[in-house]
Amino acid sequence: MSLAATAETGEAPQTRGRGDAIAAALAVAAGLFVLLLLGAILVSLLMGGLPALQQFGSAFLTRAIWNPVTQKFGAAVPIYGTLVTAILALVMAVPLSFGIAVYLTELAPLWLRRPVGIAVELLAAVPSIIFGMWGFFVIAPLMAQYVQPWCIDTLGDLPVIGDLFQGPPFGTGIFTAALILAVMIIPFIAATMRDVFLTVPPVFKESAYGVGCTTSEVMRAIVLPYTRVSVVGGIMLGLGRALGETMAVTFVIGNTNRISTSLFGPGNTIASLIALEFPESQAGSLKLSSLLALGFILFVISFVVLAISRLLLRPRLRA
Amino acid sequence: MSATTIAAASAPAKDAAIAVRLGRRRRVADRLNRVLCVIATLIGLALLASILLTLIVRGAGGLSVSVFTQVTAPPGSGGGLLNAIVGSLIQTALGTAMATPIGLLVGTYLAEYARGSALGTAVRFVSDILLSAPSILIGLFIYELLVQTTGGFSGFAGAVALAVIAIPIVVRTTEDMLRLVPVSLREASFALGAPKWKTVILICFRAARDGVVTGILLSVARIAGETAPLLFTSLGNLNWSVDLARPMASLPVTIYQYAGSAYDEWVQLAWAGALLITAGVLAINIMARLLLRKRG
Repeated sequence: MSLAATAETGEAPQTRGRGDAIAAALAVAAGLFVLLLLGAILVSLLMGGLPALQQFGSAFLTRAIWNPVTQKFGAAVPIYGTLVTAILALVMAVPLSFGIAVYLTELAPLWLRRPVGIAVELLAAVPSIIFGMWGFFVIAPLMAQYVQPWCIDTLGDLPVIGDLFQGPPFGTGIFTAALILAVMIIPFIAATMRDVFLTVPPVFKESAYGVGCTTSEVMRAIVLPYTRVSVVGGIMLGLGRALGETMAVTFVIGNTNRISTSLFGPGNTIASLIALEFPESQAGSLKLSSLLALGFILFVISFVVLAISRLLLRPRLRA
Repeated sequence: MSATTIAAASAPAKDAAIAVRLGRRRRVADRLNRVLCVIATLIGLALLASILLTLIVRGAGGLSVSVFTQVTAPPGSGGGLLNAIVGSLIQTALGTAMATPIGLLVGTYLAEYARGSALGTAVRFVSDILLSAPSILIGLFIYELLVQTTGGFSGFAGAVALAVIAIPIVVRTTEDMLRLVPVSLREASFALGAPKWKTVILICFRAARDGVVTGILLSVARIAGETAPLLFTSLGNLNWSVDLARPMASLPVTIYQYAGSAYDEWVQLAWAGALLITAGVLAINIMARLLLRKRG
């Protein structure tokens, strides 16, 4: 290993010439460029959003208003929509992803694992605008015709949760957006879970099978405890993806700046609001500044979520 | 006396009965869980199948020669997607051309120069964050950086936005693939007196070539389908234009504009475009995987 270390760092003095100095400087410069890129994104969004943040102060975060006529802008509705759709999407996506990961690592016959795994990964490669069109033209009509009327009839009258299932069945809305988001993040979460499940040393699982455990018991008693932290990291990765998704959500969420008690009501997210309102914003206007401030807020939220995901995943997936 | 005898005699029998029942319950629970996992996988595959089928059923009808030979036209007068297809090709190619050298350099830095250093750890961390950062924010950033300062939307700004999205993908695969190159190869090169930069370029890159190309292909597939970052940078253009200094059409943005329109003709063209772009993106993805597999 010490031999390896010297070879990798290339410290042998006689081989260091001008070429090496140039190459090393270029490499370091490229690394610094990436750091600069992130800093530039943060600073440009913050600078652009500063006029709006100064104008509205902390009320920008809590006010549920978006009125270009009176020049009053608040971020409460899109922040609410972003968080609710992303969390709802996780609730739907995590059990399915877990099932897929278990199937791919424990249950599927060996010859089937690669093709099924690739199929799931291809789902992640489909452009997000395609999910939007599919959601709008295929899923939303299904929701409006079958799913939502049924939910409203059967669940809408229940005492506490009834409020969540009321209103007209438009097909689009918060719930449909969350459903499409769930489909989009399943491949990310499933692939990450599969990869971390594969890091469990086979001898652990074999000894559990050896004393008579069933597959479910091996998953619950051996694999999950061993990979718990990384599994949470994979879920956070999915959450990070769901928070910033734009095109698919814009198609199906209904795009209304209102906090609705019903899951079937329309709403918006930070990303969908930016995509829709941006074309109607004048350069230098307070509205554009408010959109950039929203972008800054989204960036901070995603950064925190993705950073946590990386910290949880790193020890397992990248030695 | 008799009571204890009966208890003693029946105790093992009772335990065996419990054991049998418990065993049955465990097997039933296990089977149930297995079935649920299979169902979850089938749902996942069904979703992919549903998307692909929808695209083929609705998109194939709209595919005709005019889609590839005519530019977008007002509703009612036919038209195709030629300017959008060409615009997408230009911006994707230019974005890849900008992202590849930077991504390769950063990946090389992480794999060959920065092992264990604090700067390297920070760069890797930031690159991983950028990999999953919301693409619409990259669009806003380039809008602030290039569109507002130069005074207009342009195909060039679109290409830069796509490049920013592609860089972390190239970085990740380049680093991973360089790390797979055996240390003994590097040692052999050093032993012959080669300087480090020659070792990296002539030995490491040659050994990792297929993997690095895979990363570039994956980044092409990713940016070819991006819509959100182009909305604020290249904007879209309903006329023929290959001028990088002016707004430029792209397939995803045109699909977005057409799919939400009220004209059946435009919606039909949007589906045709959607089929084209998905087929292209998935084909590149499968090609990248085959390339990596060939290498073993």
